Amino acid sequence: MDDHDTTLAPAPRKVVLGFQDVEDLTAPDLPTEPVPLNMGPSHPAMHGTVRMVLEVEGERISSADIQIGYLHRCFEKESESATWTQVFPYTDRLNYISPMLNNVGYAMAVEKLLDITKEIPERAQYIRVIVGEVSRITDHLTCLGASAMELGAFTVFLYALKAREWLFELLEEVCGARLTSTYLRIGGVAYDLPPDFDAKLRGILERTQIVLSDISKLLDRNRIFRDRMDGIGIITREDAISYGITGPVGRSTGLAYDVRKDHPYLVYDRFDFDVPIGSTGDNFDRYAVRVEEIHQSIRILDQALKQIPPGPFMHGDPRIALPPKSEVYNSIEGMIAHFKNIMDGIHVPSGEVYSFTEAGNGELGFYIVSDGTGRPWKCRVRPPCFPATAVLTKVLPGLFIADVVPTFGMINMIGGECDR
Amino acid sequence: MAQIVLDQLAAKFTGGEILESGTSHGDEWARIRRDAWLAVGEFLRDDAATKMEMFIDLTCVDRLGMHGGNPDAPRFDVVLHLYSVVHKHRVRLYCGVTEDDASVDTLCGLWPGANWFEREAYDLYGVRFKGHPDLRRILMYPEFVGHPLRKDYPKEKRQPLVRRNAATRE
Repeated sequence: MDDHDTTLAPAPRKVVLGFQDVEDLTAPDLPTEPVPLNMGPSHPAMHGTVRMVLEVEGERISSADIQIGYLHRCFEKESESATWTQVFPYTDRLNYISPMLNNVGYAMAVEKLLDITKEIPERAQYIRVIVGEVSRITDHLTCLGASAMELGAFTVFLYALKAREWLFELLEEVCGARLTSTYLRIGGVAYDLPPDFDAKLRGILERTQIVLSDISKLLDRNRIFRDRMDGIGIITREDAISYGITGPVGRSTGLAYDVRKDHPYLVYDRFDFDVPIGSTGDNFDRYAVRVEEIHQSIRILDQALKQIPPGPFMHGDPRIALPPKSEVYNSIEGMIAHFKNIMDGIHVPSGEVYSFTEAGNGELGFYIVSDGTGRPWKCRVRPPCFPATAVLTKVLPGLFIADVVPTFGMINMIGGECDR
Repeated sequence: MAQIVLDQLAAKFTGGEILESGTSHGDEWARIRRDAWLAVGEFLRDDAATKMEMFIDLTCVDRLGMHGGNPDAPRFDVVLHLYSVVHKHRVRLYCGVTEDDASVDTLCGLWPGANWFEREAYDLYGVRFKGHPDLRRILMYPEFVGHPLRKDYPKEKRQPLVRRNAATRE
């Protein structure tokens, strides 16, 4: 048994890694000429539609042009003709793997403009944290599973998606949809949590932890996986700052910036959790940061479930919240209030705010301009994976073609969010 | 929260480069004269008290008809958000540009991250960034005519992608 273990333990690295040793592989006088190579927009490794026009010399990339926009759905243009509440379904489709976190970001932006951030009922704040952290776990599980699959570890993909599906089914019980949740409202959340939510979530988290340890056992000391992750796709801390890269990708470079910690919103200041950071900014660091963040999310969920108080889950102001159904159906005032609220929408005073939250991929910002007419004048999303994708033009040159797959996978570009 | 940034700006730029500044909903903002856009950016990035080294966001606002028909008010605002990792403060900068001369200096030299954001602002609003190394469309396709987020671009307008003429490549 001991012998077996020593063969598995990572030996001192002697393999050729990344571009540092590339000269050893190429005969010095072998003539090469640059060849353009198209990857995508429809390519098995380009999950999310993105096109990469690479210029390669042999196997080595000499320049990369990343072309996005294939999933552009006119989020901003559509939002400008919707009422403030009608924007929620559009936000679901930004980062469609963690829709709740987008809902949270948008709701908090409008509440900041309404100056009611402090008045949101405590229960609603806890519910937002809980569904948000569950979404963060699904986001990271998808990224880990898909990236591992692209490197040949199909088992990991199935394990990760199994756990993701438990969580999606739970969210479906909360809001009626796996992905297109539209669960939050300005001023609170649409419905209360279902009755036995607590026990179900705890059970799922326990099983998710087992899945995580299985994934770690399959990948952490896996030679094939490590060889393609270690030292590949390095992003420096300086680049992360000047490009504006946040979230797991930013933290993998050593940039200890997490909105939940640095600028706590909702009730995040009441939880005890750590912010994992990497040291080299390579693919393996991004993998390790995401795995650890799932563990930290589970910690937050555990504390939130203990602390969550009973009470209202929606702001009491009738100008913001819809009246209860019993009033709508039984009184003329309730019905008119409901009608006005649906048809005219919430009246947000004119002004401008930038509100930011920590989404699955980093700082999700909403820059909102209101002219007081009941519809957004402008509803800008600052997508966290947009700068992370932009830095690929700098990171990819020098790598091999095969390195594109894990590097792009660990950036976790989500087309819906990047292209909007 | 970030009043220090506005104070620093007011102390450094005394020649009327800062047209207006203030705080609303807890966000500090300043309106910059167009010819000082680059200088203000460089100062904010390098000054020890501000240290806004992190590029957060750049976009535009089309204020068509928002000024109550005042013809002198610039139609577009270029809006920049910056953050300081060291001091944990942020600021929002505006730069007004008119429709006739919708252009402003690029910030790519200060923050390489500005590259894609400026391309997006050019693509969707038609504001040009002088000195930008690669000012192409980013979200729309190259053949697209117009700038879709301008307020006078109708939402219902459709532009089917027409195949290029193979002979002329146009």
